[in-house]
Amino acid sequence: MFRYSPLFQLMMARLREFYREPAAVFWVYCFPLLMAMALGIAFRDRPIERITVDIREDAGSSEAITKLKATLAADERLEVKGVTGDEWRKRLRSGKTSLAIVATDKGIELWDEPNRPESVLARHAVEAVVYKQVSKEPAVDEHHLDETGSRYIDFLLPGLLGMNLMGGGLWGVGYVLADMRVRKLLKRFLATPMKRRDFLLSIMFSRMLFTVPEVCALLLFGYVMFDVKNAGSVFSLLTLIILGAASFSGLGLLVASRAKTIETVSGLMNLVMLPMYIVSGVFFSSERFPEAVQPIIQALPLTAMNDALRGVMLEGKTLMEVRGEIFVLAGWGFVPFIIALKIFRWR
Amino acid sequence: MPPAILCENLVKTFPGRPPVEAVKGLNLTVNIGECFGLLGPNGAGKTTTLEILEGLQDPTSGRVEILGMNWAGQAHIIRQRIGISLQETRLADKLTVREVVTMFRSFYPNGIEADEAIARVSLEEKARSYVVKLSGGQKQRLAVACAIVGDPDLLFLDEPTTGLDPQSRRQLWDIIKSFRDAGKTVMLTTHYMDEAERLCDRVAVVDKGQVIALGTPNELIARLGGQNIIEFSLDGDPALDADRFSKLPSVISARVQTGQFGLTVGEPHLALPALMNELQRAGQSLATLNTRHATLEDVFVNLTGRQLRDAD
Ligand SMILES: Nc1ncnc2c1ncn2[C@@H]1O[C@H](COP(=O)(O)OP(=O)(O)OP(=O)(O)O)[C@@H](O)[C@H]1O
Ligand SMILES: [Mg+2]
Repeated sequence: MFRYSPLFQLMMARLREFYREPAAVFWVYCFPLLMAMALGIAFRDRPIERITVDIREDAGSSEAITKLKATLAADERLEVKGVTGDEWRKRLRSGKTSLAIVATDKGIELWDEPNRPESVLARHAVEAVVYKQVSKEPAVDEHHLDETGSRYIDFLLPGLLGMNLMGGGLWGVGYVLADMRVRKLLKRFLATPMKRRDFLLSIMFSRMLFTVPEVCALLLFGYVMFDVKNAGSVFSLLTLIILGAASFSGLGLLVASRAKTIETVSGLMNLVMLPMYIVSGVFFSSERFPEAVQPIIQALPLTAMNDALRGVMLEGKTLMEVRGEIFVLAGWGFVPFIIALKIFRWR
Repeated sequence: MPPAILCENLVKTFPGRPPVEAVKGLNLTVNIGECFGLLGPNGAGKTTTLEILEGLQDPTSGRVEILGMNWAGQAHIIRQRIGISLQETRLADKLTVREVVTMFRSFYPNGIEADEAIARVSLEEKARSYVVKLSGGQKQRLAVACAIVGDPDLLFLDEPTTGLDPQSRRQLWDIIKSFRDAGKTVMLTTHYMDEAERLCDRVAVVDKGQVIALGTPNELIARLGGQNIIEFSLDGDPALDADRFSKLPSVISARVQTGQFGLTVGEPHLALPALMNELQRAGQSLATLNTRHATLEDVFVNLTGRQLRDAD
């Protein structure tokens, strides 16, 4: 049935040319994974550092000391060590401990080393624990924002997905087209009744076939290595990925529609992509930029892509709830495609 | 019925400093069922003319009709009915011969099977080879396979046999002949005179962007006045004027180029003895002597005073 379908044949040609070039396969699939790994390691959450606190056991009432020790030990940041005599002085001076607690008749003495941040930190921690014991008002309930879904890697991974969708779409399409034009492969197509739309669609679709698995590999990698989960539905996430791949390929068609050399196309690509890498919230939220430029930033395809991906993955939003972003993405795919079709240079 | 190709006052000027006038007012009519050849030296404007007819370049001015249609309005229909082999056809490196031909087949609403097209150019053995692994002649045959796979009514072949070995060339001649015998039209360019004489019903000799002679190969040769050529060179390369030979019996014209004399003669058996006498009188001795039938090459030399192959 597909044997003599031009769209099918053109796509098959693209796929074959792709997988028969092992170097290309390596760069497309391994490079994003290597990058994710490097970034993941760099931004991985450090384990909580524990602070050692000495407590003198041979002064004050032993009952009170035991109670205090138990209270402090409940705080997972503190490592409580019982000492005797003046041993704590030596240990504090040599940095073996960050804080010393000595009970006296009047209450307790806290000894810190003000030049060491962890010492000050220990002091505040101990004070907080002690005073909470004394005063029950107001009730303080402690929470920690460290469950999966709110770590930096959880924020970063959707941004990386967006970045890969953009890079894959623009580079994949732009490079292939400029290369075909440089090697004068397009001219022979022009002499056939092949529909130009079929040709451009085949480039777009084949690009999507490469990018979608690539991005899914990145997702799987994030899940296995860093336990990054998707709060929304798999369907929504996949739809967004496919839409993003299509959108950025459309943009890639436009960028490469007239470039005569690889250099021109590289320059144009960078011109289009660099600003988005910076403002579209890959590594940090795009809301940090001034209010005045927000309308422009929000209208960029990568911002829409990242916002939609984070909405689904982090907040569990549905497609309906990210329809604004979907609309922006669809526009960025469709309009450039139509323009590219009109102004495409075949020689 | 409209002619297969009609082209009137075709002009193509490439902008630049100075601008290149590749085609300067070219007129041609190619009838349906004809095999038509464009002959001419390098840079004569053959490829440019062909690419304008194929709709790959826009003419600067002039009128072109293909199968009674024009490129402005009916480009898509024209493309369905023509097949093209470019002077240098570039195809994707890492596709096999069969994949390429199948892909081209898919662009046409009707056509022959891909394998059939491959068989016609005798590339069956290479059907599974990558394009990049083909020899120059095999690539040329693949280009022809892509040209015929859409079963066109009109075939454009730009130097289809350049680089082919004698056997492949004869095979390609057979393809072109059977194509024409099926009532279809072929327009080709070539640098091989024997090819044009054997294959083409009519030829146009093109020089500097204009048609300088048009007719069947036999007509053009007959127009020389003589069917035979005597070529000779002399020991020691003396600076003899060619004119002294032009008055010999049965000699129609005489010329000399880099020490090689050429006489167009009607009856060699009258001209040869007279030539020998003349040389004896001048005290010259022959280094080489050769008589042969006149060819289209001689037609060109006669018209322009230059050789066809190295006319720049
Ligand atoms: N794109 C172009 N830009 C500028 N000049 C060109 C261009 N294409 C062709 N020409 C010039 O036009 C003239 C005719 O070229 P063309 O390729 O038509 O010659 P040809 O008869 O096919 O020669 P050959 O036998 O070598 O193939 C040449 O002088 C060439 O330099
Ligand atoms: Mg040429």
